[in-house]
Amino acid sequence: MTVKLPIYLDYQSTTPMDPRVVEVMIDCMKNDYGNPHSRTHSLGWKAEEMVEIARKNVADLIGADSKEIFFTSGATESNNIAIKGVAHFYGATGKNHVVTIATEHKCVINSVRDLEQEGFSVTFLQVQQNGLVDLKQLETAITDKTCLVSIMTVNNEIGVIQPLAEIGALCRKKGAFFHTDAAQAFGKIPLDVNSMNIDLMSISGHKIYGPKGIGAIYLRRKPRVRIKPIFSGGGQERGIRAGTLPTPLVVGLGKASEIAKNEMQKDHDHIKKLSDKLFDGVTKLTHVYLNGDLEQRYIGNLNFSFAGIEGESMIMAIKDLAVSSGSACTSSSLEPSYVLHALGVSDELAHTSIRFGIGRFTTEEEVDYAIKLIASKVDKLRHLSPLWEMMQDGIDLKSIEWKGH
Amino acid sequence: MAYSKKLLDHYENPQNVGSFAKDEKNIGTGLVGAPACGDVMKLQIKVSDDGIITDAKFKTFGCGSAIASSSLATEWIKGQKIDEAAKITNGQIAEELSLPPVKIHCSVLAEEAIKAAIEDYKKHKNAA
Repeated sequence: MTVKLPIYLDYQSTTPMDPRVVEVMIDCMKNDYGNPHSRTHSLGWKAEEMVEIARKNVADLIGADSKEIFFTSGATESNNIAIKGVAHFYGATGKNHVVTIATEHKCVINSVRDLEQEGFSVTFLQVQQNGLVDLKQLETAITDKTCLVSIMTVNNEIGVIQPLAEIGALCRKKGAFFHTDAAQAFGKIPLDVNSMNIDLMSISGHKIYGPKGIGAIYLRRKPRVRIKPIFSGGGQERGIRAGTLPTPLVVGLGKASEIAKNEMQKDHDHIKKLSDKLFDGVTKLTHVYLNGDLEQRYIGNLNFSFAGIEGESMIMAIKDLAVSSGSACTSSSLEPSYVLHALGVSDELAHTSIRFGIGRFTTEEEVDYAIKLIASKVDKLRHLSPLWEMMQDGIDLKSIEWKGH
Repeated sequence: MAYSKKLLDHYENPQNVGSFAKDEKNIGTGLVGAPACGDVMKLQIKVSDDGIITDAKFKTFGCGSAIASSSLATEWIKGQKIDEAAKITNGQIAEELSLPPVKIHCSVLAEEAIKAAIEDYKKHKNAA
């Protein structure tokens, strides 16, 4: 079997839509154009019914009640609503402290930074070398002024899974709400808001083979989490997020959630098999390191550092593979990944990192092709690399006085 | 990011990759950049008694633009007098490869690598 190029290995960035999702969405766009908020005719009622089915599908995937799910444009919006919404509501009562970690997605980090600008007190906890939060540090950081602890479920760059149940228990004990950005986890690993004591959760559609432009936020009802909404509007989504719901997108997220729930084990087994294969194939090469904890990780994410090879040149060399780099040169900034930096990965190794994402539609042939390609290009690029030459000559790179810019 | 055909050519088929043997004479070595910044260039020249660069080699840790800039630099300086080679500017390299603005620093590094190699050669020659 020949493989179709390029091979998509960037499932943390986004996912191709499942054909079953596309099908229900097209049907909805063709036939069910009613405004789900219209109460005066059957087209509105039908759309509303479809939205409510989708809401239940989302809720079922995390052990929540439908009434606790509110649709948004995606995880970025949900994170903004959760962090700013809780802080603005409870800040007035004197709870004006927010805790998060250094490896969060930029939308969480920047939401918290915005609060800091407004005068809130904020704590950015460092993570351990394996990317996981230190629970003792977290416990010390939460005070009686803390209204919210925001810690992601699965890290987007390195795939590590934070200990949600332990964090949730800690937050409950200390009287702070627990928000988790589950954009990379929802539909991929088992999540239960009750057993994990999660009070708010951000959810994304396009990471689980659903459409872009739709997500959701879970807000616990008992004990009730209150937020100050960001949008002013017509009171849709019970005032949490005003604006007419995009029924086809909502239906798409619902279908994607339903499939994810029914096929979670199947997806897991498929991805695990391919992930193990890629891991074995790539780590056979010398001086390749996996970033983030080996055990506590989502299996569909493998972030490797290839010593001596700068990330962008690697990506150019393996251009048959659609992958992402934590390396500076792919973005407009020249800083290497802040996530790897937080793990204490040295700058030179951070510049060599590549993220491989495996998903529902990845095939074994694609992984075989990828391993072969990676192996041949690693050789070629190391032959080009002065750092690799020095390492081979036994020169400690740290012993050299570099004249950097 | 869209790269020019010339840049891609140099990246796909870099010229003059390698290092001179450690005991070879009349060699100048320039090592510029830093691993922490994501760019390191090592550029070496071999110079004849009458001051002409007879051969050049490079190794580069860096993005595609950095590799292409150093490959081009070695091509240009081969056959040149060291004083001429020292006049090559980053602007010429950036123009030849149509470097995008965020990659201009790669051509700066290539210019510095040439100059550093020539300095190193002169230092050794004067010491001898």
